[in-house]
Amino acid sequence: MTIYPCPEINSDECKGCGLCVAACPKKVLVISEKLNSKGYHYCAYVGEGCIGCGNCFYNCPEPGAVTVYLKDFQPRKEA
Amino acid sequence: MEKKTVLRKPKGFLDVYKHKPGAEKDRTHYCPGCGHGILHKLIAEAMEDLEIIDSTILISPVGCSVFAYYYFDGGHFQVAHGRAPAVATAVSRANPDKVVISYQGDGDLAAIGANNILQAANRGENIAVFFVNNAIYGMTGGQMAPTTLEGQKTTTTPYGRNLHTDGYPIRMAEIIAQLDAPVFVTRVSLHNPANIRKTRAAVRQALQNAKEHKGFQFVEVLSTCPSGWKQDPVDSMKWVEEHMIPVFPLGVLRDSSAEASVITRAEPIVDPARVIEKLGLAKGPSVTFSRGEIAPEYSKMSIRVAGFGGQGIMSTGQILAQVAMEYGYNVSWLPSYGPEMRGGTANCSVNIQDETIGGAEAVNPNMVIAMNRPSMEKFEKALIPGGSLVYNSTLIEVKPVRSDIRIFAVPVTGLADELGDTRVQSMVSVGAYAAVTGMFKSEDIVGLLPQVFKGRKQEIIDLNARAVRAGYDFVKNSF
Repeated sequence: MTIYPCPEINSDECKGCGLCVAACPKKVLVISEKLNSKGYHYCAYVGEGCIGCGNCFYNCPEPGAVTVYLKDFQPRKEA
Repeated sequence: MEKKTVLRKPKGFLDVYKHKPGAEKDRTHYCPGCGHGILHKLIAEAMEDLEIIDSTILISPVGCSVFAYYYFDGGHFQVAHGRAPAVATAVSRANPDKVVISYQGDGDLAAIGANNILQAANRGENIAVFFVNNAIYGMTGGQMAPTTLEGQKTTTTPYGRNLHTDGYPIRMAEIIAQLDAPVFVTRVSLHNPANIRKTRAAVRQALQNAKEHKGFQFVEVLSTCPSGWKQDPVDSMKWVEEHMIPVFPLGVLRDSSAEASVITRAEPIVDPARVIEKLGLAKGPSVTFSRGEIAPEYSKMSIRVAGFGGQGIMSTGQILAQVAMEYGYNVSWLPSYGPEMRGGTANCSVNIQDETIGGAEAVNPNMVIAMNRPSMEKFEKALIPGGSLVYNSTLIEVKPVRSDIRIFAVPVTGLADELGDTRVQSMVSVGAYAAVTGMFKSEDIVGLLPQVFKGRKQEIIDLNARAVRAGYDFVKNSF
């Protein structure tokens, strides 16, 4: 089960600039050793510890690379 | 506004960047870590939250953000370098109910367009200006900008900006703030999360004021150019803090948002009936000549005339359009010059049809008139299958390569030379065109010449008449 808050990284849109990693107060974002389809080492969430501050979302220059689900986010029930 | 439970790509952006060429329609063209992307996101989010997506018209500048229209939803103009405030003025005055954004960089706004922004600010135009200051010309490869710092190395200041030879960094927000008309003038920065949130607040204030049509809003945003500065994106954020902010202090320089009144301007009086009368269009198109029988493939013409500058390329196109008009067609003529004044290549597009003309450029012509070899090689490929190629066989020694087109080798220069003046090549081409298409009668063209060469000697008119007949007769007798 996903724990909210948490970030979701669209790895193919990420250009690996590292601004989100630098902006994260909990240091729960890292630059992956893997490459995405465009040849960038993309950002990845370590899986826990996000506090939903949104720094990564606002620091990220790519419109859709980072999504942050906040504490009160209600995922739609699976049909 | 409802409290957000998810921070996701704002609706102020298009879902898919459909206007962006190439395969990468899911990502911006910006370099990794570029400040433009951050500011774009703040603007797109504010557009969504203030519910102004459908009422926003964004003016893209020249600079890296030249393609801002790939990404934002809403209306767009992309304008000449530095002219965004001038175009924004017109757009805002013509659409007083819209939110007009002028998005500009420092080379655009503070150099070539410096006077444009000052005058628009001084008039208190109803526009929101987002001024991205990254102390460099980013798009062109990192040259010195008006905002470049003292000692900063750029490709044009390889030893660092020297104040005595290159001048001082210009503080645009301060200059704008000392004018009387602007309502909200501030300088913000993108160098860390706290300041990005201050920038977010400034963007929202400016757009809220713009939504309420409260005059001129100016938000200077200190931003990064990791590629131009040759720095890592994270280091470039530190560079803003350590080097730019001491020169460009942050803060609100003017805010009269609360007391600002809604700017309304006198509406121009535009009476369509009077415009039509003044332009002499009241009578509708005047038709001088009656049309003959025209083969279906020549009933709607999209023509490319191409050759050297000086071969009468432009006048061939103009005269084709002018004659066609007298037969009651809709016509367009669009010139395209190379950078050279003479001797370079030149071409023009002509459209002749009964329907309204949408695009003036003949991208896929059904007729090419090629006056020299490079032009034939270039435009033969563009012809639609079954189209017609008229080429100047005096100067073009090679044969066309395609077999799915109609080919007419006409010694245009030679025929003109025989008449004693190569300058009448254009009229030979017009005559040849008339014979190939059957669209014009040669005597109709000749009858129009006194009007075309109004005020010229009779012998010039007669010479051109002979040229028309020479081109016409050559085609009639040879094909």
